[in-house]
Amino acid sequence: MSQSILPELKKAAKKSLKARDGALASVNAQLEILNGSLFSDGELPYFKDKIAPYGHFPLKPKKLEILQINVGYMCNQVCEHCHVDAGPDRKEIMTKETMLQCLEVIRNTGAHTLDLTGGAPEMNPNFRWFVEEAAKAGIQDFIVRSNLTIIRANKKYHDLPEFFKKHNVHVVSSMPHYTRGKTDKQRGDGVFDKSIEALKQLNSVGYGMPGSNLQLDLVYNPSGAFLPGDQAALEKDFKNALDEDFGIQFHELFAITNLPISRFLDYLVASENYEDYMYALVEAFNPAAVANVMCTNTISVSWDGWLYDCDFNQMLDLKVAGKIKHIKAYNEEVLNNREIVISQHCYGCTAGAGSSCQGTVA
Amino acid sequence: MANSYYDPADLRKFGNITEWSEELGTKFFDYYGKVFEEGALSAREKSLIALAVAHVVKCPYCIDAYTKDGLQRGITKEEMMEAVHAGAAIESGATLVHGVQMMNKYNKLSM
Repeated sequence: MSQSILPELKKAAKKSLKARDGALASVNAQLEILNGSLFSDGELPYFKDKIAPYGHFPLKPKKLEILQINVGYMCNQVCEHCHVDAGPDRKEIMTKETMLQCLEVIRNTGAHTLDLTGGAPEMNPNFRWFVEEAAKAGIQDFIVRSNLTIIRANKKYHDLPEFFKKHNVHVVSSMPHYTRGKTDKQRGDGVFDKSIEALKQLNSVGYGMPGSNLQLDLVYNPSGAFLPGDQAALEKDFKNALDEDFGIQFHELFAITNLPISRFLDYLVASENYEDYMYALVEAFNPAAVANVMCTNTISVSWDGWLYDCDFNQMLDLKVAGKIKHIKAYNEEVLNNREIVISQHCYGCTAGAGSSCQGTVA
Repeated sequence: MANSYYDPADLRKFGNITEWSEELGTKFFDYYGKVFEEGALSAREKSLIALAVAHVVKCPYCIDAYTKDGLQRGITKEEMMEAVHAGAAIESGATLVHGVQMMNKYNKLSM
């Protein structure tokens, strides 16, 4: 029998870390690694010590611009790099009661952008009602982070492009690569073809077309233990390839760095890439990115109404510092004076050109 | 001391060569940085050339560095392997073209 020198191709996981009882489903286990010997032995500097010389410690918010609401961790996909540990088995779903509390905040916020995320936000049973109500508040930029395949997953989702259009929703979708192999390896078999179909459907109602005000942006995450390259160069390559191969159009590409938490951290540790990855993040530290890091203009709300400095802190259960920690007691003025909670995963947002849910920041 | 000539972690210390010769080290890294900027060739094309050369000169550090660099630039594994073959073809061609010298010498010495 012939023997391959290559490792067997790993099948994409079908369940979340939580459902698999993975050790790193525990927030404490993740924080233990992020505060572990690589930093405590002084080999690499703690994030707070790295930002202090630039006058950024304690890290403080600037003006609130983005209200990001996570309506639940349930998802039709189980992506290998997912920082939410989302999947079909996750039951954490925002209730209508919490949505009502969010709507009250949305109507009164000074933020110009509302950003709905998940999981697959569309899987929340009250998603459409919530979007209709939120759209009435007249927020300038209303984003829904859609994973694309959800549009093709089930008949009841086929009309999502028209629904988004009706409410002038800005669609931001994940697309790790313009080739099938890389996409399916990260996100699961068949994801590439379904994503292409969904993009064509979005294009057909006007999303992403040149000059169209129906904004369609793509998110690129590296499919492995490396940092994203130049956002503009990647955007150019994605645009050329998707147009040439499929006639697909989109507006902007956001290159987002994978943060070393949850399933991506699990992957880094299991593949013995953790140390090199942390070195790469620290070496690429860019002080200019710290000044514009997204936690300085964002509040993240979890499915159960708790408040966080960002979606990553949400997944590490690092709630905002200060007295107000829940949407029911929301007070923007008080929150704007908080100190941002940081740890070593924050290096992910300050590497190279920086990284945020809106792409690079520096 | 490490018990091997090559340690992957040494790649991170490459910049340290400047400590023992600041002028030459700095000149080298300035030059290196400039070479890989966008120019008449794109930075992407130069990354693939670097990967091919890395194999030809059999530099494990360079192979690690330019495989990672290619991934960051979204270069596919098919493109990377073609670049390696381009390097390998030139290297084997360089060996084989000496076959002409062997033939010349053979003919000259033979009656």
